[in-house]
Amino acid sequence: MKILKGFAYGLALPVILVLIWWASTLGTTNFFVPTPATLAEAFAETWFGERIVSDVLPSIGRLLIGVVAAIVIGIAAGLLIGSVKWLRDFTEPVLEFFRAIPPPVLIPVLMLLMGITDSMKVVVIISGCIWPVLLNTIEGVRAIDSVLSDSAHTYGIGGWARVRYLVLPSAGPQIMAGVRQCLSIGLILMVISEMFASSSGLGFTIVQFQRSFAIPEMWSGIVVLGLIGVAMSFIFQWTERRILRWYHGLREVENAA
Amino acid sequence: MQPETTPVSTGRTLPEGQAMLSVRGVKKVYHTDGGDIEAVRNLTFDLKAGELACLVGPSGSGKTTLLKCISGLLAPTEGEVLLDGARVTGPPKKMAVVFQEYGRSLFPWMRVRENVELPLKNAGMGKAERDKLVDEALEAVGLDHVPQSYPWQLSGGMQQRVAIARAVAYQPEVLLMDEPFAAVDAQTRADLEDLIRTVWKKLGVTVLFVTHDIDESVYLGQRVIILSSSPTVIQEDLEIDLPDERDQLNTRALPRFTELRHHVYEQIQRAKQGHRPAAATQAGSAS
Repeated sequence: MKILKGFAYGLALPVILVLIWWASTLGTTNFFVPTPATLAEAFAETWFGERIVSDVLPSIGRLLIGVVAAIVIGIAAGLLIGSVKWLRDFTEPVLEFFRAIPPPVLIPVLMLLMGITDSMKVVVIISGCIWPVLLNTIEGVRAIDSVLSDSAHTYGIGGWARVRYLVLPSAGPQIMAGVRQCLSIGLILMVISEMFASSSGLGFTIVQFQRSFAIPEMWSGIVVLGLIGVAMSFIFQWTERRILRWYHGLREVENAA
Repeated sequence: MQPETTPVSTGRTLPEGQAMLSVRGVKKVYHTDGGDIEAVRNLTFDLKAGELACLVGPSGSGKTTLLKCISGLLAPTEGEVLLDGARVTGPPKKMAVVFQEYGRSLFPWMRVRENVELPLKNAGMGKAERDKLVDEALEAVGLDHVPQSYPWQLSGGMQQRVAIARAVAYQPEVLLMDEPFAAVDAQTRADLEDLIRTVWKKLGVTVLFVTHDIDESVYLGQRVIILSSSPTVIQEDLEIDLPDERDQLNTRALPRFTELRHHVYEQIQRAKQGHRPAAATQAGSAS
């Protein structure tokens, strides 16, 4: 019952928005704004076919590889840099510099260096996604409670055990905040890299539709992107709730007090 | 009537080989941007195996600094700490520490049982033995009913019990406690004091209990080491000749308890006013 209620709440606004859209496009003949029915038709025609294999899956594949690689590298490097003070002082200005570069400007450079390949797109995604994860992990590792750290130390918990039982969980909330940003940046970079240079993928297809004036199809591609974003967000929330159950519980107790 | 002990400027020491814990000429100076801060000037005392000693001193008297030096978390600037004859250079295996900030010393992402179990698991102990020790420790502190809770779901006093259980399960030879009950309410505090006496008797562990509470130090200890204000030396090393069986009502009502309490209180007041034992002043100016 509770789940049904939550579901109903979640669906209410999309339904209302579609209704408003439907009402405002009644009787219009604007070429660039399709009615809901046209769009739904175009959506089914365009995406329930071979395009899933030729465009949607490759895009999702690049996104997944890029995002997962960015998370893994970001956390690993963040643990290292966060734990070693001189390394932090050493790398900080450089990290700030790289973070400040908007990743889309790297696309032409990477195209020249790596060619128009899948790895180029994955590298673009990594180069943009890694920063929130990396910097948040560094901050999370630095902010470990001194008493907790002393406790672990007095019980001889060091080395890998320290990382596993103390550093990682303690930095967990910060890391997850970084991952959340990483996901949305990843989706943006996936589309942009495909718009620049590609022969397949969602970004490529949407640009193709736009150039050939297949307007409902173009819109339907945008809807697909939105749906991928929603799916990612749900997967993230589900995972986050499991990993950080203790943290949300702790916060609730602290807020109640 | 004053207690018959004569004030001494250093703590009691034992012949070599007889002490469980030896603190020898420990001095700690913090180097900060604003200049050096001498937290501990010169401390020497021994604890024999199985002893329960309280370390009491005015606030800011370097109690925590000393405890960190003893536990190997800080290196003393001068002097040394010996545990069972071996010099302490890092946290030793035979030692466990219970901190004041219970909320910050337990792992909030682990359940009570996992918290108690982790040091054992980390030491490579087998599952069966681990389970047995954890069960016993949780039972000893009266928490065998909440092993699956998270620490933050428990009250402050219960969280500190978990920290004590963790220390007990670790089977240390020396248990250090840094004002462990300063942040719990008075009722809980009395219970926890008795718990410490019980655990100490049952395990025969050597306990060094740091507190700023005079009553607590007299009630708990076989011996009270009174620290001066910073830079810290030992103001007095006092034997507590109260009966071994103590309870909150009767022990605290004893005339002798009042006398001892009175004496410690006076010493602390003198320490606050800057009075220092003669020998320590000389040692201080000589260095």
